[in-house]
Amino acid sequence: MSVRKPIYLDYSATTPVDQRVADKMIPYLTEHFGNPASRSHVFGWVAEKAVENAREQVAALVNADPKEIVWTSGATESNNLAIKGAANFYAGSKGKHIVTVTTEHKAVIDPVRELERQGFDATYLDPEPNGLVDLEKFKAALRPDTVLASVMLVNNEIGVIQDIEALGNLCRANGTMFHVDAAQATGKVDIDLEKLPVDLMSFSAHKTYGPKGIGALYVRRKPRVRLEAQMHGGGHERGFRSGTLPTHQIVGMGEAFHIAKEEMTLENARIKRLRDKLWAGLSEIEEVYLNGDLKQRVPHNLNVSFNFVEGESLIMAVKDIAVSSGSACTSASLEPSYVLRALGRSDELAHSSIRFSIGRYTTEEEIDYTIVLLKAKIGKLRELSPLWEMYQDGIDLNSVEWATH
Amino acid sequence: MAYSEKVLDHYENPRNVGSFNKDEKNVGTGMVGAPACGDVMKLQIKVGENGVIEDAKFKTYGCGSAIASSSLVTEWLKGKSLDEAMTIKNSDIAEELALPPVKIHCSVLAEDAIKAAIADLRQKQGQAGEADACDATCKS
Repeated sequence: MSVRKPIYLDYSATTPVDQRVADKMIPYLTEHFGNPASRSHVFGWVAEKAVENAREQVAALVNADPKEIVWTSGATESNNLAIKGAANFYAGSKGKHIVTVTTEHKAVIDPVRELERQGFDATYLDPEPNGLVDLEKFKAALRPDTVLASVMLVNNEIGVIQDIEALGNLCRANGTMFHVDAAQATGKVDIDLEKLPVDLMSFSAHKTYGPKGIGALYVRRKPRVRLEAQMHGGGHERGFRSGTLPTHQIVGMGEAFHIAKEEMTLENARIKRLRDKLWAGLSEIEEVYLNGDLKQRVPHNLNVSFNFVEGESLIMAVKDIAVSSGSACTSASLEPSYVLRALGRSDELAHSSIRFSIGRYTTEEEIDYTIVLLKAKIGKLRELSPLWEMYQDGIDLNSVEWATH
Repeated sequence: MAYSEKVLDHYENPRNVGSFNKDEKNVGTGMVGAPACGDVMKLQIKVGENGVIEDAKFKTYGCGSAIASSSLVTEWLKGKSLDEAMTIKNSDIAEELALPPVKIHCSVLAEDAIKAAIADLRQKQGQAGEADACDATCKS
């Protein structure tokens, strides 16, 4: 098989900028370089027109009003602005309690932790073993003083899709602001903000074939959601987020979201076929576990644990494919993924997991190669593994008294 | 994590992978480490009539450095008497493989595995207590 290596299967980390997107961006770096805030000349007008066109493109993908879209530097900033901005604005009238989920991205967890340091109280819900939030448990976590709840639409590690509509309705009934991190969702699942009971939603361009360094926050207008700005200055974006708008980045995000809207139906069907083929191949290997629900999941993601194989040696073994591992291998310690831990996976299974994320440019040959590679490498590592040998001899590894060191 | 060429060589081409029948009288088995810690080494030695290690085999669940450390010691053990084998130090292993500081524990584990295998053998042959019996020996 002749496929170019390494094979990129890490589209959930980032995506290449689509060539069509890059082509649209370039004139706004050189030719149409004006400041969109310049009202007194044509350079500014051209840039402003491009920015507003992109705002319409982003709004169109999620069925929102363009006036509800605020440009930011990315989903991390959007999450910070939404969580800290709403919690602080409404704390006085509603209360100082926040509800979120342990499997959220750090860009949600960390702002909530910061609010805790400022005197807020937070509840971190564990999802069910399939990665989904239980509605009853969520409802029970909401208190009269719950000012804000934040739940991601699509999980970055396991790709599961939360029932945002049901969760949002529970928030509405409780008078709680509802924020949704949708960084991993655009172009993958249908989002209709006219119907969804969501007050704030974060977006990123670079997960959807746009450039890095640009994102947006949806801020509902009816009923009007208000925020305390986190970035103060020239009052851009109606005071929500000051700072000169990066026209070329915004044009790129707009075009990327426009392409997503046009092509997502066909693209997702193709990607799902590849993902299902990959899972069919990998699940032929013994003692392989899928992490997260398979049905309630974006087609792009496959997160698999390989039992009796150690995480770091697994990463070494699959260096021909660019994937993300469940163990964040820092210099001193191997930390298993907190997302997989929250699902109740053992340390060993969390360590030996791989996230495959498939995208626009993944080919069938690459998937075929990946299956062959994994089968060979897992086989080889298991030949080396005393745990695999014990498992095959019928020894229950949990009954062994290990000497921890 | 950058691995030395020697670690990569042992990882890609591990020497003496496998198992002996642990019930044989001239086979000593040492199993050290724990799955939750991310490494488990099983080291086995087979001694001849003259008390010299004729053969050694290993299986390791662990990172590349752990695999390399155990692979390396199986090479070193062959042809040594038990007393000579007892003198293999983790620092020798770490030096030979150019292990970085965060991977020194892999060489420590390999040294523990040697001691555990020898202790197991001596116990089988009725000489228990002579060796520095390692607590980490797996009971199963």
